[in-house]
Amino acid sequence: MNHIRNFSIIAHIDHGKSTLADRLIQTTGLVDERDFRDQILDTMDIERERGITIKSQAVTLPYVDRQGRSFELNLIDTPGHVDFSYEVSRALASCEGVLLLVDAAQGVEAQTVANAYAAMEHDLEIIPVINKIDLPSADIDRVKEEIEIDLGLDSDDAILCSAKEGTGIGDVLEAIVREIPPPSGDTGGPLQALIFDAHYDPFRGTIVSCRLFSGAVRAGDRIRLMHNRAVYKVEEVGLFRLNREPKKELTAGEVGYIISGIKTVSDVRIGDTITLDSDPAPAPLPGFKEVKPVVFASIYPVASDDYRSLADALEKYKLNDAALVFQKDSSAALGLGFRCGFLGLLHLEIVQERLEREYDQSIIMTSPTVQYRFLLSNGEEVTVDNPVYYPEPTTIVKGMEPYIRASIMIPERYMGSVMDLCLARRGVNAQFSYPTPGRIEIRFDMPLADVIYDFYDSLKTVTQGYGSFDYELLDYRESDLVKLDILLNGERVDALSQIVFRDSARPRALHACEKLKDEIPRHMFKIAIQGAIGGNIIARSTISPFRKDVTAKCYGGDVTRKRKLLEKQKKGKKRMKMVGSVAIPQSAFVAVLKTDKDS
Amino acid sequence: MASGLYIHVPFCRSKCPYCGFYSIPSALPMPAWSSAIEKEILLYRGRFGRFDTVYLGGGTPTFLDDPTLSRLTNHVFTHLVIDPNAEFTIEANPCDLSREKARRLRDLGINRVNLGVQSFDDRTLAFLGRRHTGADAEKALKRLRRVGFDNVGVDLIYGLPGQTQDGWKETLDRALAYQPEHISCYELTLEKGTVFERRHAEGSLRPVNEEEGRACFLAAARILGSAGYLHYEVSNYARTEAHCSRHNRKYWEHVPYLGLGPSAHSFDGRDRWWNVRSIRRYASLLDAGLAPVEGRETLTAEQMRLESLALGFRTRRGVDLKEVASASQSAPLLSRLEDAGLLTIVDERVIPTEEGFLVADQLSAAFS
Repeated sequence: MNHIRNFSIIAHIDHGKSTLADRLIQTTGLVDERDFRDQILDTMDIERERGITIKSQAVTLPYVDRQGRSFELNLIDTPGHVDFSYEVSRALASCEGVLLLVDAAQGVEAQTVANAYAAMEHDLEIIPVINKIDLPSADIDRVKEEIEIDLGLDSDDAILCSAKEGTGIGDVLEAIVREIPPPSGDTGGPLQALIFDAHYDPFRGTIVSCRLFSGAVRAGDRIRLMHNRAVYKVEEVGLFRLNREPKKELTAGEVGYIISGIKTVSDVRIGDTITLDSDPAPAPLPGFKEVKPVVFASIYPVASDDYRSLADALEKYKLNDAALVFQKDSSAALGLGFRCGFLGLLHLEIVQERLEREYDQSIIMTSPTVQYRFLLSNGEEVTVDNPVYYPEPTTIVKGMEPYIRASIMIPERYMGSVMDLCLARRGVNAQFSYPTPGRIEIRFDMPLADVIYDFYDSLKTVTQGYGSFDYELLDYRESDLVKLDILLNGERVDALSQIVFRDSARPRALHACEKLKDEIPRHMFKIAIQGAIGGNIIARSTISPFRKDVTAKCYGGDVTRKRKLLEKQKKGKKRMKMVGSVAIPQSAFVAVLKTDKDS
Repeated sequence: MASGLYIHVPFCRSKCPYCGFYSIPSALPMPAWSSAIEKEILLYRGRFGRFDTVYLGGGTPTFLDDPTLSRLTNHVFTHLVIDPNAEFTIEANPCDLSREKARRLRDLGINRVNLGVQSFDDRTLAFLGRRHTGADAEKALKRLRRVGFDNVGVDLIYGLPGQTQDGWKETLDRALAYQPEHISCYELTLEKGTVFERRHAEGSLRPVNEEEGRACFLAAARILGSAGYLHYEVSNYARTEAHCSRHNRKYWEHVPYLGLGPSAHSFDGRDRWWNVRSIRRYASLLDAGLAPVEGRETLTAEQMRLESLALGFRTRRGVDLKEVASASQSAPLLSRLEDAGLLTIVDERVIPTEEGFLVADQLSAAFS
């Protein structure tokens, strides 16, 4: 066990985590130059494009240190976004140490702090690594000071590197071996393996990534998932190199995979403990929790006949994303679809993008909403995550909505505009701290609903990209909530309804009316767009009809051309949703959610 | 129903800057064209059954010299089955219609003349690159009547830069003075590859805006309507039902038609094909015994439906209610469009109104 090191790299987004991981893989010779692709661990297209890791992955690096000793370094990659904080915590629980990566020019950011605290909670050895020292704007002294003050870590130990240039990588590897303790655990004890990830392989079923804390597991064993109470027969165990490398057995301290005929990743709970059915551990490893979605939205196929195909796509997608939950839903305006729950807004965007790109679906996604609670006059408390189920207003005693604690780090000069933004988003209980001169950390309690409504984009705009943001869920608080309906020519479009804070209803309604006016093309008749609370119209706009669109001549030679144009228009219409007689482009549903960048 | 025969005469004395039909400003290839057409006629002998319309279009068919024209006519009547009561139309340029020419046309059996008047205003005619004056057109109209043509059509253009409502109404009034059996009112369209299109792209030609175009369209509908004309297609008016262009209706109602000559299109009820454009290629293919066909398509049932929509909403005949019923949410859409005054439903047919004609392309798209 002394030759094993289990570690993660944690960092704020864009601080170079993937590049460092790539460089470690390359330096340890796991992959030769020719096969080297940037960001090897990020295999999904979207991960590559957005530069973020969505799923955790693991890889075992063979390493011979400067004294000639051989090691197995298990790098457990963590998702780099607050939506996936539980997955991060399970990955960290599988390690003895972390590389805390800080950008030499940007310094410590909100996620750096959050990640460092998470690592401390798990009692991990933290090695600060200052990356991008080749940048002209690198300010190593300042970053060291931030590491000392913001994080309370000893910056003398910080390793300087440039993952891009490949400098300092040897020092990083030596520090991993030197600073991070080897795993401990009883190889002879009952099996306890922590599941920190699972992904789906079309040929082998679910591949479970796990860290063994005690005991051993080998092919042929019957394993039990302690929280799920399901039993499976192990087909194969092994290590993650760049591909899976089968092994006779995995023992305490090791990180590897288990294949055991589990069909979908939804059958596996991240954070669950694997033990042997014949000799079970007395208790599961601590820290397990059910991941619950916090953001909800409905997905509909643009063309109603594509409902089956969307259902298939979701089933397939779900094989690899246990965090997505969905159930059948139907809308008067949009027909059959699915109500989905997501871990956060990024998760939602990823699901939407992958369904469209990888599964070739044309979908409409309704306004994301949080889970509201209503206390009714009959004493019942109902949970509502879909505006359709907003209770009859006269029966509502009080409404409640989820609050988060937002933590925002910015250069001091943006304080005014960020304060304004947070207050406009109903932030309360402001707290400030000044970790280093010129920088400020602002903490606010804010309704989650106002955060999912374009908050992060607005923050980036007002801080010109210098603001970083992290949040945690707090509690439910009383709130005056109303249902805002949108009507087209007097017909309510249920898919555009939103539950909103009463004081926000009018500006939201005006915004929706204006956006729809821009997005819906002119029709042959006038279109009235209205925003309403109950029977009360609080905003309106009008799309005037176009009144001439006909070509003068249509004789023998024009018919084919005319038909081809019509075929094209018909195809375009497939991407429109008919509500009443109004064709609403897919983009309109999205546009209603977005605030103007300049507002 | 009997088929239609179209013959494309791709020659003009000069090219008009707005016209997108295929023609060349020269008479030199006329003999080659003439003998090629004769070969093409033979290719289709025995097909298409009986023709009850013959239409000489172009180009400028009246630019053909008399021997060529009569040879062509003889050939058609010898080798194809032409109904004795066929509608036999020629498109004519006012310049070409001397009294002798008009008589010869009549003697060849031509019983309908469609005159390219375009306008009675000489400045407008000059702008359009026409070689005739308004007075020439009026003379031609009188001559046609004098030699006994009782079925005369007049083509007019509106929507020209600088043209006023009053100017357009005056043009209509002057046309009405001759009681033509048929009037076509075309809005100026920037056709691909024309001088006008190029000038528009360069910014030196600006056609009228949506509202002005609408006003001209509605003025024509009102003026010609009150003069008793039937507005039977977006751009076409006829004095009586019998005077609607029998030939053109075949295009709009999916009746088979055979198009001969370069760039001509044909339809046999299921397939549509179109000839090569270049006269030289047209002639050399026929010399080699080959059909001068450039492209061909076989229409699916859905394509036929789309065409029925595109064509139907352009005519007073409208569209069969069954054709629109398959579109999603057609019932509420129909009633909304009825309320908006764009169409009416009569005897299980969806009929566009005047306002409906103005958005005919959208109507078909809405039910596609």
